[in-house]
Amino acid sequence: MNQIQTASRSISGTLIEVKDLHTHFETPRGVVRAVDGVSFTIERGKSLGIVGESGSGKTVLSRSIMGLLPRNGTIRSGSVKFQGIELMDRSPKEMRGIWGREMAMIFQDPMTSLNPLMKIGEQIAEPLREHLGMSRKDAWTTAERLLRDVRIPEASRRLDQYPHEMSGGMRQRVMIAIALACGPTMLFADEPTTALDVTVQAQILELINEQRRDRNMSLILVTHDLGVVAGNTDEIAVMYGGKLVEKAPTKTLYAHMKMPYTEALIQSIPKLNQPSHSRLTTIPGRPPDLVNPPRGCRFAPRCAYARERCHEEEPVLQAAENPGHSFACFYPVGSPEYHERQVELSISSSKNGGSH
Amino acid sequence: MAGTGKAHLRDVDNVLLRVEDLTVEFPVGRTGLKVNAVSGISFDVLRGETLGIVGESGCGKSTTGRAIMQLPRPTSGTVLFNGENLTSKSGDAMREARTRIQMIFQDPISSLNPRRKVRDIVLEPLAIWKRGDATAQGIVVDKVLEDVGIDPQRAAESQPHQFSGGQCQRISIARSLVLDPQLIICDEPVSSLDVSVQAQVLNLLEDLKVAYGLTLIFIAHDLAVVKNISDRVAVMYLGKMCEIADSDELYATPAHPYTNVLLESIPVPDPNVEFKGAAVEGEPPSPVLPPPGCRFNPRCPDAQDRCRVEEPQLREIAPRHYVACHYPRHGGEAPVTVSTPSSS
Repeated sequence: MNQIQTASRSISGTLIEVKDLHTHFETPRGVVRAVDGVSFTIERGKSLGIVGESGSGKTVLSRSIMGLLPRNGTIRSGSVKFQGIELMDRSPKEMRGIWGREMAMIFQDPMTSLNPLMKIGEQIAEPLREHLGMSRKDAWTTAERLLRDVRIPEASRRLDQYPHEMSGGMRQRVMIAIALACGPTMLFADEPTTALDVTVQAQILELINEQRRDRNMSLILVTHDLGVVAGNTDEIAVMYGGKLVEKAPTKTLYAHMKMPYTEALIQSIPKLNQPSHSRLTTIPGRPPDLVNPPRGCRFAPRCAYARERCHEEEPVLQAAENPGHSFACFYPVGSPEYHERQVELSISSSKNGGSH
Repeated sequence: MAGTGKAHLRDVDNVLLRVEDLTVEFPVGRTGLKVNAVSGISFDVLRGETLGIVGESGCGKSTTGRAIMQLPRPTSGTVLFNGENLTSKSGDAMREARTRIQMIFQDPISSLNPRRKVRDIVLEPLAIWKRGDATAQGIVVDKVLEDVGIDPQRAAESQPHQFSGGQCQRISIARSLVLDPQLIICDEPVSSLDVSVQAQVLNLLEDLKVAYGLTLIFIAHDLAVVKNISDRVAVMYLGKMCEIADSDELYATPAHPYTNVLLESIPVPDPNVEFKGAAVEGEPPSPVLPPPGCRFNPRCPDAQDRCRVEEPQLREIAPRHYVACHYPRHGGEAPVTVSTPSSS
C-alpha cells in the first residue's frame, strides 16, 4: 500500500483508469448486467459528471471503482487502476489503506449515512485516528478546523452535537468534512444534493467545488440532474443501460451532442426559459431490463432515429471531431441519416395534427 | 413573507375554489408549542385553471393541499368549493364532496394497494359510490385506463408491482378520474420519476385537463416543472404566501427576494451559464418559532428594520401580480402603508 500512498502525491497525470469494467449481480431472476463494459480515465484535479436515469448503472459504476460492493453475488471483471496500481484484486483489508486517505465518498442521504449515536466530532475524528494515526486531541482539533472549512458556524459547539440536532444541509456539510478529513485525492459524490432543497443544494455544490479546487482533488459527481453537472464538472459521461454511451468535455457535450439519447434527455427537461404549457419532448417506453438487454444498441427500442442496423449490431464508442468527445451511435445527431429521419418525423407529426 | 391579505382574490363568476385565511397548526407533543404549518394564506382557482404552488420543504405547500380536502381539517379559515364552505361540512357531506376533489401523490407505488389487481383499484371509487351497474362501471374504467395509456386487459390481470413508477402514476391518475372530479390536487406527482418519464406524465396531465375539463392544483418543489404546467403560480415560504402571479410573468419578473433566490439557485442545464453559487445563506428556520415580521427576513439579502417587525401584506405591483414584501425588487416605488396584522 505504501507504493500507492507515495505515488498519489503528484499534481497531474492520470489518477484513475477504468478499462472494460463489468459489474454483474446474481439475482433470482438472472444475472443483472448493471455495468457492462465501461472504460474511461480521469485526470488529477479534474471533475467528471456521470449522468443517467435510474437503473443506468451510474451508482454501481462509482461504487465498483471504489470497491464498495458486497462480494457476495457480485461478479466484477475488467481493470480499475488508481495511480497505475490495479485495484480489482485487492481485498477489503487492503482497500482500507485507500479508502479515506485516497478515495472518499459522499452519499445522497446525509441522515442515514451518519451514525445517530455518535457525536459529530467523533465521527470526523475517527478516520483521522484510524487512517492517519492522530492522537485523540489532534484529531479533535483537526475536526474543528474541518467543520470551519465546510462553513459550519460555531464549529467547536457543533463537535459535541449529534446528527439529529442538525438540519439536512448541515448534515451534508458534516459528510463532506468526513470525506475530506484524510485529504483524499479522489472524491466520489453520489447524488450529493438530491435530498436537499434548491437553495441549500446551491450552497453544497459551491462548497464541493471550492474544496476540490483548494485541494486539487479529482471529483466524480454522479447525478440524474443535467443542470447540476452542467455548471460543476469539466467532463460528462452519459450512461444508458449499463453502458457509457457518450463522453465529452462539458461545453462540447452541450454544444455538439451526438447521441440521440443525450439529446432526448436534455429536451425532456422543462426549461425555465420556455413559456408555460410548452409541449415537452418525451422518450417513449422505459429503460431496458438489464437481465435481458436488447440486442444491438440498448437505446434502439426507444430511439426515434434507430434503423435496422441499430437493432442488430452494437455500436462501440468512437471519437467525434472535437477532442475528448466520444459517442456510441451509428447515426449520430447531425449525420445524413439523422436529418433524413428528422424530416420524416416532422412530416408524420404534422399529418397527425402535431400531437404526441 | 407575510402573505396575509386578500388583495389578490378575484371577484369573478367562474371561481371554483376560494381559500381564505387558511391556517393549519399541529401541536408539538405536550409542550404547548405548535408547528405553524400554514399561517393565514388565501388564494383562488378559476375553473379550468392550473395553480402551481412552489416552495422548499416545510413551507406548507403539501399541508395546504391536504387542508383543502379537510385532511386534516384546518385550524381556521374557509375553503369555498363551488361556493360551498367545506370547513363546515359534516363527515358524510365531506365524503361526498371529496368525490369532486381528488388527489394524487408523490410516490405512485405506495399509494396503490399492492395486493389488488390494477383494474379493481381504479374501479373501486365507482363501486363505493354505486355509480351505474357493473357493465357501465366497466366501460368507464376501460375508457379512463386507455386515456392514461394503460392497457385495460393488462390492468385486469396485473398488480401494481408489475408496472413501472411512471405507469403506476398513470394508474393513480386514472383512479382519480373515474368519479369525474372537478378539481385534482397533485402533490409532487412527478418528483420520483426520471426526467424522460416525468415529461410523459406532464404531457398527459395537460391532455387530460382538456379532455376531462379539469382544474388543477399542482404542488411541487421544482420551479421549472411548475412553470411548465401552471397558468398561475404561488410561492410559499414557512407557511406564508410571498408572491402570486401568472406563470410567465412570475418567472420573467420575480419581485419577491425569496422568489429571486429560488430562481437563482436552480442549476441550469447549460454550461455557458456560469454557476453563480449560493444565492442565500442558511436554511429555513423552524415553523415552531417563526421569526416576527416577514418570515423570510433572517435570510433575506434585502431585509431592513421594518421587515423584522411588520408583516408585509400581499399587494398588486403589476396587473395580476401580487407580492408580500416591503421592498420588492420592482413595482415597489410607492410603498403602501398597512396596519400591522397579528402575526402570532
